[in-house]
Amino acid sequence: MGLLSKKDAQLITDPLADNNPITIQVLGICSALAITAELKASLVMAISVMFVLGLGNVVISLMRNIIPSKIRIIVQLIVVAALVIIVDLVLKAFAYQLSKTLSVFVGLIITNCIIMGRFEAFALANGPWRSFLDGIGNSVGYGVILLIVGFFRELLGSGTLFGIPVLGDPIAKTGLYAIGYENNGFMIMPPMALIVVGIIIWIQRSKNKALIED
Amino acid sequence: MSLKSNLHNLKEKYKGTKMAPAFNAIHTFLYLPNEITHNGTHIKAADDLKRTMNTVIMAMVPCLIFGMFNAGYQHNIAFGNTTLESMSGFLNANFWTLDNFGVGFWKVIPLVIVSYGVGLAIEILFAIIKKHEVEEGYLVTGMLVPLIVPIDIPLWMLAVAVAFGVVIGKEVFGGTGMNILNPALTIRAFLFFAYPTWMSGDKVWVKGAVEQDQLIAAGQNLDAISGETVLGSLAQGKAAGYEVMDMFFGFIPGSVGETSTLLILLAGLFLIFAKIGSWRIMLSSVLGALVMGLIFNFVVDSGWITESSKFYGLMSTTFWHHLVIGGFAFGTVFMATDPVTASQTNKGKWIYGFLIGFLSILIRVFNPAYPEGVMLAILLMNVFAPTIDHYVVQGNVKQRMKRLKAKTA
Repeated sequence: MGLLSKKDAQLITDPLADNNPITIQVLGICSALAITAELKASLVMAISVMFVLGLGNVVISLMRNIIPSKIRIIVQLIVVAALVIIVDLVLKAFAYQLSKTLSVFVGLIITNCIIMGRFEAFALANGPWRSFLDGIGNSVGYGVILLIVGFFRELLGSGTLFGIPVLGDPIAKTGLYAIGYENNGFMIMPPMALIVVGIIIWIQRSKNKALIED
Repeated sequence: MSLKSNLHNLKEKYKGTKMAPAFNAIHTFLYLPNEITHNGTHIKAADDLKRTMNTVIMAMVPCLIFGMFNAGYQHNIAFGNTTLESMSGFLNANFWTLDNFGVGFWKVIPLVIVSYGVGLAIEILFAIIKKHEVEEGYLVTGMLVPLIVPIDIPLWMLAVAVAFGVVIGKEVFGGTGMNILNPALTIRAFLFFAYPTWMSGDKVWVKGAVEQDQLIAAGQNLDAISGETVLGSLAQGKAAGYEVMDMFFGFIPGSVGETSTLLILLAGLFLIFAKIGSWRIMLSSVLGALVMGLIFNFVVDSGWITESSKFYGLMSTTFWHHLVIGGFAFGTVFMATDPVTASQTNKGKWIYGFLIGFLSILIRVFNPAYPEGVMLAILLMNVFAPTIDHYVVQGNVKQRMKRLKAKTA
């Protein structure tokens, strides 16, 4: 049996593959396109969303019986805004350079459809523990895609991973650059992120035909 | 046994297996199939997809050969091996030399081979995965691609771009006939945004200029080669540096096959005569370009823009000169008329073509980062072509409804 019951474990595993927030539900695309040019930014974004979504789901779930349904969206917004401000301030205090790179996109976590979607669809109807697992599962599913996209974009676009050169030095012409390789400038641009996400969706659906809708 | 029966036997042998489409494609590309339909009445028409595409390729061959001569010629001029007296006509003896051809030939042929090799390999791969016949769609694209890239583009970049263009530009939409964007332009756009240093500037258009630059950077005492395109010069506010007739004949730096407006014009007439290219699109595109050029000339003449403006150089270019510089002519004749991505309705073709010409010149003038606008203009209009068609059809439906009401009322 282990730590989690089978049903609870599904809350974590489902969003990783067959119910992925980005590739299947196509939510949170905006940030996935904007900040995945570097792996480091992708990772920080993934962790931030995990913090906001995990904690936010618990808070909403705890309050679910006292929130009047007419103003629930505003309450949800306040919760998510408060959490995002915490993340933003922490980043500014301890990783200023990174918060510059992420710029408005940390603030825009508030409008990330995944978060409001999970609040509405799950936390309002489930207990805190299950909501927490759901939040973690969905943010990990989001983060995995972010990291995959970030990996390819940074590797092919800048020749680095987490800022460390892995393909050689483009200016001193070492490594791959010595034989004429060049970084692909298109990879840094957001349109290419859309295409990379598209390719991931393509591969995923060709592996699992059940996901193809008409 | 002849090649034909060999191929036929191979095809029979692999029938029903995974590799069948590959053999089938080779067989039907070279020969008519042995089997024809047996029953019923049939109209036999020769203009199938393969014939259409071969006609377009035939129209491109003069541009390709001219491109080889021009590549060698630009190289020899830049390195001081030859000179050209201006205005000495199209059949200039300094241009049509075997030496020029040889230099260009060995640079252009690898481009063609890489383009076709990579493109067809991907087509065959997809045909095998999807279990359908290999489509002929890449025949024209494969020939267009080497004509619209700079001569010195590294071959591996071309290979990557072709792979990207064929997969993302065409196969994901369902293959030949289903693509939204022109695959050849998708390939060029990919190259342009991915490797801008190899697609613009004043070095890449002349064979050897980039290497020369690297040698200079390494400390060797050589003269830097400048092979600025006409558009590049104008965008920087310099004089074009070439006579109009030279631009028209194509003795200017540029992508491999797009410099000779004369040959492209002939190819366009040939395509119209063969009823393959749409004269509506070509004509309206030229009209659009002329209108935009006239507007800019008018702005300059009225003194609304000062000579110090960075747009002055291109805006003050005589309006019809826009037709003979850059890739406008090539794009109009070979790319805008692509039957898959263009508008389908006659009225739609006028609008589609006009906007391509109009936007080409607009982008050309106002976007200094992309001195040639025709690629982006065509790609943009490719996206809008279905919308244009939709409204043309709806307009027609509305008109007929009105007529019907008038009749029945």
